[in-house]
Amino acid sequence: MNTSALITMILAQGLVIGVALYFFYKVLTTPPKSEPDSYSENDDEPR
Amino acid sequence: MSQSNETWGSRVGLILAMAGNAVGLGNFLRFPVQAVQNGGGAFIIPYLICFLLMGIPLLFIEWSSGRYGGRFGNHSTPYILDSMVKGRVLKYIGVFGIFTNIAVVSYYAYIESWTMSYVYHSVIGTFNGMTQSEVAGFFASYTDISQTSTGIPYEAVVFYIVCLAINTFILSKGLGGVEKVAKIGMPLLILFGVVLAVRGLTLGSSGASDAFPLANAIDGINFLWTPQLDSIWSPKVWLAAAGQIFFTLSVGMGTVHCYAAYVKEKDDIALNSLSAGFMNEFVEVVLGSAIVIPIAAGYLGLDWVLNNAGFGMAFQTMPFLFQQWGPILALFAGVMWFGLLFFAGITSSLAMGMPWMAFMADEFGWSKNKGAWSFGLIALILGLPTVFFFKQGVFDDYDYWAGTVSLVAFAFFEVILFSWVFGINKGWDELIRGADIKIPIAFKFIMKYVTPLLLGWVFIASLPDIYNNITHKDTYNREAFAKSYYAEKIGGITNEATVKEVTENQVLLSFTNTKVSFLKAENKKIVTPFEDQIVYDFEEGQLPSVKVGQKIHAGDQIATGEFTNNVFYKNMGRLMLIGLFVFICILVYIAFNKRTREGRATA
Repeated sequence: MNTSALITMILAQGLVIGVALYFFYKVLTTPPKSEPDSYSENDDEPR
Repeated sequence: MSQSNETWGSRVGLILAMAGNAVGLGNFLRFPVQAVQNGGGAFIIPYLICFLLMGIPLLFIEWSSGRYGGRFGNHSTPYILDSMVKGRVLKYIGVFGIFTNIAVVSYYAYIESWTMSYVYHSVIGTFNGMTQSEVAGFFASYTDISQTSTGIPYEAVVFYIVCLAINTFILSKGLGGVEKVAKIGMPLLILFGVVLAVRGLTLGSSGASDAFPLANAIDGINFLWTPQLDSIWSPKVWLAAAGQIFFTLSVGMGTVHCYAAYVKEKDDIALNSLSAGFMNEFVEVVLGSAIVIPIAAGYLGLDWVLNNAGFGMAFQTMPFLFQQWGPILALFAGVMWFGLLFFAGITSSLAMGMPWMAFMADEFGWSKNKGAWSFGLIALILGLPTVFFFKQGVFDDYDYWAGTVSLVAFAFFEVILFSWVFGINKGWDELIRGADIKIPIAFKFIMKYVTPLLLGWVFIASLPDIYNNITHKDTYNREAFAKSYYAEKIGGITNEATVKEVTENQVLLSFTNTKVSFLKAENKKIVTPFEDQIVYDFEEGQLPSVKVGQKIHAGDQIATGEFTNNVFYKNMGRLMLIGLFVFICILVYIAFNKRTREGRATA
């Protein structure tokens, strides 16, 4: 693989993977808002 | 009256459903082809800039509009827009947000049904031992509905109806059903994609054969990622990048609004929209670039890819390439590839069902069951012409009007409404309410000025093409019923062909075409001429009117008799699309009158 292609690929894919993982990690680690929220799976009683 | 008992199960479920809505067949088939045709690695620069300036702002606008409308019990765009901007007419702009979905799903489900069918054919080994042209021929005969490869009469129609029925059944379970499919489908899609991408990236020159001795997957990856920097200054490349961002995110459809309408006011939409958007980018930029082009270059060579890259590769080429891995691996690769495309398709088509269901539930109190099955029925009625008249161009015509023009038009209107009529200050407050992430204030400026300008540019640049399509400029046979048949565009170097052979029902033309080759040593593309052929087949009552040796140009008469041209089928399809749009406008009007009677009307 030529160097310029390798650099472009690593930079572009690295950026996209890094940002996608960062946002998804934030979603997973942000505590949910107080009830009633938009999501039913964390409800104490089924809706 | 509103569908208030519908909720998302979990935040991850919502994000996977939103990402699934965005991830479609285009991520694997359209993106790499666009990159190859628009400067290779240099394409990624305008692409990512357009994502930043148009894609992310549009996601913000649609999530914000959706959640805002949901607060007033509105879950589809006609009354979401109505709750944002008071005015009798504006709700009819929102009709696009239901119309586009039903129109797109009617033909999109047909492609989805091909993926189902190809999974089946991969499992039973239909493609075992087939040559490349036989695999391509299989696709041609599959879409010719009078033929069958399984013994099932009208096989393509049966798979299409089964596919729509599966979609409808899942939709009848409401948001819960959609979320379950996304939670299973998206991880599987990513898993299958990673396995195939690893194979694509590590294939190297092991796929070279006597027919294609220079084939090397690395050439494909090199071509895809080597920046041809001169192309960055081409407006055509920027337009292609803007178009790709637009279509990959499924914005301008009304599906994002609908999903976001079930999010409560205090919950985040900023981080959710970014997470779903970047998940789509991961599938497109990382996985989408590593499968089709490298694998095709690995077996057929880069020159073949440069001359043949297109949507059809998924069905006409990939099954043949998988055969090179032996029957067992071919089976798994076929199931993974077409399974991946199926999940990409169904998570999108399910999203397209929700706006109709939400509208009918909000306005007329329809149950999920009634909403889902009525959606399936309308999609079936609208979609059957694309199945029966696929070869007459009805499918492509639907794709153009519903899957391209409608999206751009609606997105342009909604950006103007959000940023300038609703007001960017109110819009910004809506976006950051409950946000779990700080959005740079620069996006406020981008959403008000840059995104509308960019979208306006895409829209205006499309106008000549729209005019040409309305007037059927793509063909020289522009009458529905005609007594003469004219030669279509010839292409090549001279735009001239010579009649080589004439029989009772066939005319064979030969002309000098061009093909692209890549010179590795000089790192550049060259164009070389070669002799190519065009064949026109005629039926009873149609007689060729040319002689061997005659020079033919596009638009010259080549046969006489009774002709029903493709224009007839396309016009019928267009009438159906217009009929659907008018039908939804009438429903919105009835809903408005009902709201007025109930004292709920806003204007």
